[in-house]
Amino acid sequence: MRWVLFGLIIALGAGEASAHAFLDHAVPPVGATVAASPSTLQLFFSEPIEPSFSGVAVATAGGQPVTTGAAAADPNNPAALVLPLPQLKPGRYRVRWHVVSVDTHRTEGSFEFSVGQ
Amino acid sequence: MTFSRLTAGAACAALAIALLAGDAGAHGFAGARFFPATILTDDPFVADELSLPTVAGSPRDADGAHEFSLDWDLAKRITPDLGISFGQGWKYLKPSGSPAVTGLDAFHAGLDYQLFRDGPREAIGLVGLHASFGHTGRIAVGAPDFTTLSPTVAFGKGFGDLPQSLSWLRPIAITGNMSVDFPTKTTSADTTNPNNFNYGFAFEYSLEYLQRQVRDVGLRPPFNRMIPLVEVAFTTGLNRDAGGQTVGTVQPGIIWAGQFVQVGAEVILPATRSTGRGFGGVVQLHFYLDDLFPGSIGRPIFGN
Repeated sequence: MRWVLFGLIIALGAGEASAHAFLDHAVPPVGATVAASPSTLQLFFSEPIEPSFSGVAVATAGGQPVTTGAAAADPNNPAALVLPLPQLKPGRYRVRWHVVSVDTHRTEGSFEFSVGQ
Repeated sequence: MTFSRLTAGAACAALAIALLAGDAGAHGFAGARFFPATILTDDPFVADELSLPTVAGSPRDADGAHEFSLDWDLAKRITPDLGISFGQGWKYLKPSGSPAVTGLDAFHAGLDYQLFRDGPREAIGLVGLHASFGHTGRIAVGAPDFTTLSPTVAFGKGFGDLPQSLSWLRPIAITGNMSVDFPTKTTSADTTNPNNFNYGFAFEYSLEYLQRQVRDVGLRPPFNRMIPLVEVAFTTGLNRDAGGQTVGTVQPGIIWAGQFVQVGAEVILPATRSTGRGFGGVVQLHFYLDDLFPGSIGRPIFGN
C-alpha cells in the first residue's frame, strides 16, 4: 500500500520538480579576504532564480550601506546574480542576499568578505 | 473495517486533499537557517514532506528482546502555518526465548501549528496535538489497545547571530521538543498505562551553513550538504508503575540534505540501563514534497 501511494504521488506530480535555491559559491568567496577591491560580486546558486524577485545588498562591518550597481542576472548562467561594486576601501563587508527560485521558493542568507586585510 | 482499509482510506483521503493544494514555501527555514527533518525528535516546523522508509534496528531491550521496524510518515500543510501528519510502522519483534512476531505498530497522527518563525534570530516554534490510536496495530508487537493523546511543543534555534569572534560556532543549531502522554485507559490487561513526559533534542553542526554563510572552506558534494548531529530523546514515567523510570537513546549521525531528498543515518545507543544494551542503527530516506511538486501537493491546501 505504501509503495502504491508513493507511486501515485510521483505519477501525479512528475515533471514539475524544482527546488529551494541555496548559495553554491560566491566570488569573492564566502569569508575570504581579497587583496584588492573586486569589480563585481558574483553569487552562484544551486537552482535557476528569478532576478526580478531577488536582491543583494552590501554594507560595511559597521552597517553602513555600500552604494552598488543593480544586481542582474548572468546572461550565461540562470542560476547566477552579478552585482557591480564600487571601489571598496580595505575592510570587512557583509553581503545580504535573497532570491526566489523559478518555482517561487524564497531563500536568503548573508556572509562576509574582506578587502586588503 | 480492517485496519489496512482504514490506512488506505486515510492515505487516499490525504492524497485527494493534497491535490486541491495552493502555493509553495515550507521546509524548515528560519531566515538563513535550514533545519533538516530529524529522525528521532519531532521537527519544529510544518512542512510538506514524506519519510519513506525509516528502517531501524534497535538495541536489545532490558529483557533481551530486539526489534526491527519499517516506518513511513507524511506531513502536509493545510495552511502555511497549520499542518497535519500521520504515519505507521511495521515491526519485527524477537523476544528473548520466544518466537518472533511481526505486525503493524499503532497508527499515529498529529495536528501542528507554527507559532513563530524569526528569521533574524533563526528561531522557530510550534505547538501541536499528536495521537497514537488504539486497536490500529498488532498488540503482540507492542501496539496499544488504547489511544494516547500528546500535547507537544517544539522549537529550533540557530546560532547564526553569534558575534564575528565566534563565527565558527554559527553553524550550530539546536532543536527540541517536549510532550506529555495522556493515555485514554489507565490499565490494559495486567499492565498500567502511565502518563509519560517525553523530551528530546537535536544538536546540529551544519556544514552547508558553514560553507555558504561563514567561510567557503572548499567542501564539495556531498560534504557541502551534510549536517552532523546528535539526537537524544527520553521518556520519563510520571505515575502508576512507571513513576520516575526513564528510558531513552542517544543517536549520533549525519543527515545529507539534497535538493529534493535527504538521507539520514544514525547509530542508536541506549542512554539508560533500563533502555537496553548494545547498539542499533537507523536510516531514513526523506522527500521534500514542496520541492518535488511545487505546483500541486507540495503547496498548502489553503493560502500561500
